[in-house]
Amino acid sequence: MTRDILKVDGLKAYYQMNYFGVNREVRAVDDITMTVRRGEVYGIAGESSSGKTSFIKVLAAAVRPPLRVVDGSVRFGFSTGPIDVVRASPRELEAIRWMSLSYVMQGSMSVLNPVRRIGKTFRDFAQRPLGLSGRAFEERVVEHLARLKLPADVLRAYPHELSGGMRQRVTIGLATVCHPEFIIADEPTTALDVVVQKEVLSLIREIQREMDSSVVFVTHDMSVHANIADRVGIIYAGRLVEEGPTRQMFFAPKHPYTAHLVASLPRIGDTTQRPALDGRPPNLADPPRGCRFHPRCPLAIDKCREQSPPLETVAADHRTACWRWREVTPLVGAISPVGVPA
Amino acid sequence: MISVFRDLIRYNIEFTIGLVLVGLVVAFAALSFISPVDPSLIYLAVPDQPPSAQHWFGTNSRGQDLFWQLSAAFRNSLIFGLTVAVLSRIISITVGLAAGYLGGWVDRVLMFINDIFVSVPIFPILVLFYFVLRSDLDTFTLALIMACLGWPFDARLIRSVARGLKHREFTRHAVFAGMSTRKVLLEEHLPYVMPIVFATFMNNMLWSMALEVTLAVLGFTNLNHPTMGTVLYWSNQHSAIVVGVWWWVVIPVVLIVITFLGLFLLAMSMNEYIDPRSRLRRMGV
Amino acid sequence: MRAYLLFAGKRFLQLLAVIFCGISATFLVTHLSPIDPVEQVLGRLSARSNLSPDAIAATRAALTELYGTNQPILQQYFNFWARLLRGDLGPSLLAFPTPSMDLVARALPWTLGLLATSTLFTFIVGNLMGALAGYRPDNPFFRAFGLLSIAIQPIPYYVVAFILLIIFGYYLPILPTNGGFGMDVRPGWTPQFIVSLLQHAILPAASLVLVGFGGWFLGMRALVSNIINDDYVTYAELAGVDRRTVVGSYVIRNAMLPQLTALAMTLGGVFSGTIITEEVFNYPGMGSLLIDAVNYGDYSLVLAVATVSITAVAGAIFIVDLLYPLLDPRIRAE
Repeated sequence: MTRDILKVDGLKAYYQMNYFGVNREVRAVDDITMTVRRGEVYGIAGESSSGKTSFIKVLAAAVRPPLRVVDGSVRFGFSTGPIDVVRASPRELEAIRWMSLSYVMQGSMSVLNPVRRIGKTFRDFAQRPLGLSGRAFEERVVEHLARLKLPADVLRAYPHELSGGMRQRVTIGLATVCHPEFIIADEPTTALDVVVQKEVLSLIREIQREMDSSVVFVTHDMSVHANIADRVGIIYAGRLVEEGPTRQMFFAPKHPYTAHLVASLPRIGDTTQRPALDGRPPNLADPPRGCRFHPRCPLAIDKCREQSPPLETVAADHRTACWRWREVTPLVGAISPVGVPA
Repeated sequence: MISVFRDLIRYNIEFTIGLVLVGLVVAFAALSFISPVDPSLIYLAVPDQPPSAQHWFGTNSRGQDLFWQLSAAFRNSLIFGLTVAVLSRIISITVGLAAGYLGGWVDRVLMFINDIFVSVPIFPILVLFYFVLRSDLDTFTLALIMACLGWPFDARLIRSVARGLKHREFTRHAVFAGMSTRKVLLEEHLPYVMPIVFATFMNNMLWSMALEVTLAVLGFTNLNHPTMGTVLYWSNQHSAIVVGVWWWVVIPVVLIVITFLGLFLLAMSMNEYIDPRSRLRRMGV
Repeated sequence: MRAYLLFAGKRFLQLLAVIFCGISATFLVTHLSPIDPVEQVLGRLSARSNLSPDAIAATRAALTELYGTNQPILQQYFNFWARLLRGDLGPSLLAFPTPSMDLVARALPWTLGLLATSTLFTFIVGNLMGALAGYRPDNPFFRAFGLLSIAIQPIPYYVVAFILLIIFGYYLPILPTNGGFGMDVRPGWTPQFIVSLLQHAILPAASLVLVGFGGWFLGMRALVSNIINDDYVTYAELAGVDRRTVVGSYVIRNAMLPQLTALAMTLGGVFSGTIITEEVFNYPGMGSLLIDAVNYGDYSLVLAVATVSITAVAGAIFIVDLLYPLLDPRIRAE
């Protein structure tokens, strides 16, 4: 078995819409190539409308019109065999869903069917992949829930009878009960208060370590990446602009955008004003020529405006897409940001 | 506004068809204003003549030119529908906003009254009104009665929208700034409510015209005031189909179907356009 | 369980209040008339036959006592309620001296039977097909259905029934268009009677189904198109939950709830539609009874039909309301 469990190659996925006679093509994912290794937590960061959600949808084999994969491949190396989710048939996808590949969605409030008891929902999702039934199935679920510190009678409850935190844990439990090899977590901690956030993060980390699964964790919150990710990839305007080990990304970023994202984290004791980035994220239906970040970049030169920099390896396990990466300095001092284990 | 209209015509086939059909009917009804014959007079023309160059829709057994008769009838029906819709909008908006925004006992009382009206089957009650009032039941009174019976559904819709609005930020700001309740309702909430009002306006027209047709066919309205239904009433009275005067039945029925279909298509397409989710769904196709 | 019984109890009280107000309003309406019912009946009677002045006076006295029009209105109101609760609204004129309530009691089962079967059918089949159409919007079969529904739905009950009557009564006489059962068949639980019964019910039921189907189909289709984008449905599909479960337990189960509410709201209209359709096909239900009563000037019969209609519809809505918490666990908690 190779080191990589996921290999994304030249992926392009666009939204193609025809509204009242006007054709619009939004290039949500525009040529992304990356890999995820076994047992690692890979964080994906980016602003809203950067294309990271669309990227996740492709990984999770949840592509629906008007989103369409235009080019590239997404290859998983599961223990049951390799599979390219872009080209796989629905039957092949069904075999890996939930068992090898699962998904934790944003918003625990509404992912559970409001008129169905939790136990039944578990049966809907996990009975087929696990291949157990009746008593054996129930025992497995109860045992798994116990790990998440959920009592067995949660199975008899309806979603609205549980607190927000419990619902979040149920959703994580639902996604992990089959011990999947690959978990995609899409903003699972957004809209949660920090206390619950810490709980959920440690839960995910624990489960990930126990099951030796790989996790792709999407969030715009850099402090969460600092806490949980082994490597971080930054997506901007549908492209991967930097990728590297978490510590490197924080202390020695090689892309101006990353530097800004890291600098935006508050630090106790540091009262200097944070410089804000000019402008707004580009319109993915009509992205700027050359480097897509150039309109907002403090280091932009003519070359940036005309030629799009390729993603190249600049240090150990560290890639960046910037013409002037050598001149990128971290905008903060060596004080470690709150939350990062030094 | 015009661009919305243009978009709808160009890309929403239901709207176009609806507009064409309704346009035809309205034009036809408008012709009654230049009618050379008085539609309330009978035995002016030779009865039971099939459609010809002289009488485009033929004549009926009562000696009336069917074309002009129907033109006047449809005009009256459309005006009737509009009247009921306008009157019941007034009631439903008032009740809906008041119940939704003021809440408390006002809401409870109004919703209780609403429930009563919903539980009462409207047709028997209208028949009862006819039974009691007989010839005193002129068209406007009927419109008034129907307006008083037709507001419950829409009032409930408006109420739930108002309830949602009440808790929104901008309402609290307005109240905090000292706006009177009436001003808040009229200036802040009404614009949100208008799309629903507009959609239910068309539905209400359909409903009231349908009821009017039904009552008239049974002879339970003012028969001297020609409407879509009274034409059918008279054709039934004279056993038109059996006698062979098929144009007296078929042509009105076809026109009635066109009218209702057209109004329905308009209402449906406008509803779909107003609801952002359905509009987005069209985008994805 | 206790919460549900409490809810049912409260709702029942509300039912009684609604019936009370509705029937009182009916009473009020009848007293709006500037026309005196006694004179109206007398006018009709003397138009049909010649009566001596003594006979007229005697009839007037009897009718006045019957209708109680010589008493103050409050007294009339109490009398009205007293008689209503006893189940006696006086003899009908149509079929003198049969009590009006008896005529209504005879007609009610026909109406309820027609109403119940056609409503159940249209609700279940219309919603099911609407759900499938919403789930697979590109299927040509469902699209055709959708168009058909759009075409027929806005047409008033009477016109649809009328068109069916013309087609099957005049041009294609293969189905009976008159009455509840064949004139040559003796009523009784014989297979002959039942067959005749069903045959005669086909056209009225078909008419009601045609009109009602479109509403449920289009409504459900719209609801389902929105629900399939809800988080819990997308999540279940993502997880590979088998399609039948998703459509049944996730989509339809949730879409049923607003549809049930809609059913309660439209029952009044469906009832009206039923009695209208009955009149067209001369089906021996409340519809024909009502129209005949009006044309005959039969005051007590009209009143009887009105009061029973209100009670029936309010009762039906009550039953639907009771079903709702059983299907929505979120309401059960309240």
